Amino acid sequence: MSIINKTYSKFLTISPVVILFISTLSNSKYNFTYDENYLSFNISYVIVFFWSLKRPEYFGYGFIFLAGILNDVIQNNPLGISSVEYLLICVLTAFVRRRIILQNLIYDWVFFLISILIVGSINYIILVYIFKIPIVYNGLLLGLFATFLIYPILAKILSWIDNIVQANINDKKN
Amino acid sequence: MSREMGRDDFVISARSVFLKKGNRQKFSLLTLIIISIVILSLEYFKSGPINQIRMITKDIIIKSSYVASVPFKSISKTYSTAIDHFNMYDEYEKLKKAEIKKKNLILENNFFKEENQRLKKLIDEKNLYNNEFYITKVLLDQKSPYLRSLLINKGFKHGIKLGAAVRSESYFIGKIVDSNYLTSRILLISDLNSKIPIIIEPGSISAILSGTGNNELGEIEYLPENNNIKEGGIVYTSGSDGVISSGIPIGKILLDNNLIKVDYFADFTQINFVKVYYKK
Repeated sequence: MSIINKTYSKFLTISPVVILFISTLSNSKYNFTYDENYLSFNISYVIVFFWSLKRPEYFGYGFIFLAGILNDVIQNNPLGISSVEYLLICVLTAFVRRRIILQNLIYDWVFFLISILIVGSINYIILVYIFKIPIVYNGLLLGLFATFLIYPILAKILSWIDNIVQANINDKKN
Repeated sequence: MSREMGRDDFVISARSVFLKKGNRQKFSLLTLIIISIVILSLEYFKSGPINQIRMITKDIIIKSSYVASVPFKSISKTYSTAIDHFNMYDEYEKLKKAEIKKKNLILENNFFKEENQRLKKLIDEKNLYNNEFYITKVLLDQKSPYLRSLLINKGFKHGIKLGAAVRSESYFIGKIVDSNYLTSRILLISDLNSKIPIIIEPGSISAILSGTGNNELGEIEYLPENNNIKEGGIVYTSGSDGVISSGIPIGKILLDNNLIKVDYFADFTQINFVKVYYKK
């Protein structure tokens, strides 16, 4: 196996973590304005949810914790709040993994909505009631809804990446 | 019986989720959640060694985030350069007209400046504010409905303190809200939480400029009831907070369905370098 193939294979294995870190470091919230309303997609929620549900073995929880800390520094949030959010998503997906045998996109999508609503509520409670940071409730809700809407598209892209990673792992075994 | 079974099942699931370390996992979820909550509770310490560690961590993360954002920035820069090329002719025509007006205004401005200095001397007024500034690079810009801020390449090592005024070209764009050792965060005037004391000319009307989360328009609060504000009036910093110097232009008045708004002079999407005022 050549060095290029080895590097490519190694890169594919760590690609979920790389995607998560790029999304947090390069600004995890992508904003679009429509009719004076801001739609803020939180891509990190989708990435953490998708990989921890489908392939938790790719993601070390330590990396998720670290990504949360990075996100907090960049977003000027109290340090640790995003880590709590991401890890809570992992807790919820771990419960689902134990309960559901057959997964499909619709189940995942609905469960993603429930997860981000729980995590969003915790985020709101901590920021507003504990740290007294005023945030716009409508903005937060609209952002969560926008994130919910883009889940299927991102899930398809992430599935495609997952297939490539899986094919690479199978090649290695053979 | 079945209820007991369900409860047992739930407890087993919970124990497994929180405590079991999976493949490749070095920490359990419970450990990491506890660590996160401990870090979160340390946010209450705003001074001392914990604060210093936090500042160093933030510096490291902000600098590495800048490196990670370089490819994305270059893509958006290429896009805006292409757009600029398409608009070049229109821009040239506009600038040609503006240049004629500018020459007259410069002469007029010089006259008023000298007159102002003479009058200040007469009433023996001292300048309370510092006019020394750093021109510094913007490392990252954060845009979300509830955060409009810039991260810059200077921190308290360079004398930058909380509340310091920041300009882009000659226009006021915000103030420092977080100063680390090597980096700082500017809260833009367009941020939802930004409140700046202003004065509106003509008429010298004092009010508060409040950000809306929108990059183009701001709102004015605490206006006197019988004000005579007209469209096109200029908004300056009033300096009444004792931190930001007075007379820095911010924007002009725009009347939108009888609502008084401020159209900012600065284009917040195109800021690469800013002037940060500091004290020695």
